[in-house]
Amino acid sequence: MIRLKDVELEYDNGTKAIQGITLTIEDGEFVFLVGPSGSGKSSIIKLLTGELLPSFGRVMINGFSIVNLKDRQIPLMRRTLGVVYQDFRLIEKKTVYDNLAFVMRAVGANPREIKDRIPRILHLLDLDEKAKCYPLELSGGEQQRVAIARALINNPSTVIADEPTGNLDPDRSMELMRLLIKINQMGTTVVVVTHARELVNRFGKRVVTLDEGLVTHDAVGRYVGGRRYG
Amino acid sequence: MGKHDFVYFFQEGVKNMASHRLMSVTAITMTVGCLLIMGTFTLVAVNAAMNLSTLSNSNEIVAYVDEDWTEQQARSLEERLLAIPNVTAARYITREEALEAYTEENPEEELFRDLDPGIFRDRYALTIGNLEQISITARNVERVPGVAKVNYYEELASGIITARNVAAIVSATLIGVLFVVSMFIISNTIRLTTYDRREEIAIMKIVGATNGFIRWPFVYEGFLMGLIAAGIAFLLQWGLYEAVAGAVADSDTQRLFQILPFRRIWLPVLGTFFGTGMLIGIGGSLTAIRRFLEV
Ligand SMILES: Nc1ncnc2c1ncn2[C@@H]1O[C@H](COP(=O)(O)OP(=O)(O)OP(=O)(O)O)[C@@H](O)[C@H]1O
Ligand SMILES: [Mg+2]
Repeated sequence: MIRLKDVELEYDNGTKAIQGITLTIEDGEFVFLVGPSGSGKSSIIKLLTGELLPSFGRVMINGFSIVNLKDRQIPLMRRTLGVVYQDFRLIEKKTVYDNLAFVMRAVGANPREIKDRIPRILHLLDLDEKAKCYPLELSGGEQQRVAIARALINNPSTVIADEPTGNLDPDRSMELMRLLIKINQMGTTVVVVTHARELVNRFGKRVVTLDEGLVTHDAVGRYVGGRRYG
Repeated sequence: MGKHDFVYFFQEGVKNMASHRLMSVTAITMTVGCLLIMGTFTLVAVNAAMNLSTLSNSNEIVAYVDEDWTEQQARSLEERLLAIPNVTAARYITREEALEAYTEENPEEELFRDLDPGIFRDRYALTIGNLEQISITARNVERVPGVAKVNYYEELASGIITARNVAAIVSATLIGVLFVVSMFIISNTIRLTTYDRREEIAIMKIVGATNGFIRWPFVYEGFLMGLIAAGIAFLLQWGLYEAVAGAVADSDTQRLFQILPFRRIWLPVLGTFFGTGMLIGIGGSLTAIRRFLEV
């Protein structure tokens, strides 16, 4: 479960990115996080991953309180999360397989578990043929799927994706959303930041809209507001 | 979080090193230099100290008794000589015994075979405690009435003492400086690796790797550099030592100066090299990664 209570975030340069947000996401939910550019979506994600601490308020993630977290507990908290970045952040010098193996290794998986699990995840994401490829040998959509595979590989209870469709054409974006929904149906909590109004409207999921660091709408179904979108 | 994955960290450490071959070679070379200089001066000091102690075991001051003194008078000197500080034993040698010893030592000199013991003097062989005080002691011996002349290897002793002192001072200073320099270079090499791998490090943090897990490959990298440097330095030191020992043995025909055989000191040398190499390597990696692991 994710719970934000009266959360504020001010960057070092004085920018108030989050101005008081209270928000609960239950286990197993699927949530779209939408809002205009600069409204604070990525900032919320940084709070959820523990990259940033709130200037005010409380952030609870899967039983961990971010504010009171001891250094030793940060890795444990992060192991409950799988994060997908808009720019993928794949390691260019490693093959697809090694990109996955290396994050499994990083949380203490043994070679047998790694050999077992990677082919299954690659299959789930339709990447069976690409195991030996390097990221730059892949299309944008394929790289995006590798990034998702990496987010899933350690079996997180929550997947957080920041604009995962940003670089994809509409068909590819649709496919990706279906995939995230499939993952959600398998029991994983999914939080997706997106600009893709069409997609959001199509799936009828919970939509949380941000504007200027505040939640302006929180409802199931449609992408509300967002005058500023073209 | 599991056990320490030695094989993985080791492999990663090797990869790190290989990714900066030139820097790694430079860092290792510097460390080899540090160890070699340290080792060489230490070994000079050790050998000098060893020679000093064997010299003071065997080295003596020979005090010749005034020719006008009778044997009885001469023998009465013993007590006074023993009273001089730093004189630990006094052995009386009559001129007959001296002649005998001389002909024994120089059997080929037939000319002297029938020498009159009269040309030798009665003498005392004085054993001394602290060799560094030998010249002061010799002067005190000379002042005793009845002692006509003293003889001792002053130059050899003071040469060895100087060598030992210089070696000790130089090694202490150099070791300190070189230790810091080597550590600094290893640290910079590893900092380069961490910079190269910053993407991986960021991802590892995001997926929940512990700081320890992220740190270990870099510690191994430093450790390995130290280890390799120690191995190379040991072999070079060995070669150098044998060469110097050979040269000394060739020129020092009188065998005044003894050199410890390498097989009797290789183990402490190896141990010290590996210990210091590892200290430099691990110290270097810890300085390199101390800062960059926050959150
Ligand atoms: N590192 C930072 N330092 C200072 N200000 C920042 C930093 N990152 C973001 N901001 C500011 O915080 C506000 C919210 O930024 P954030 O990245 O959360 O927006 P966003 O909703 O993700 O926008 P986009 O849709 O363009 O990605 C913006 O005004 C931005 O300029
Ligand atoms: Mg953003």
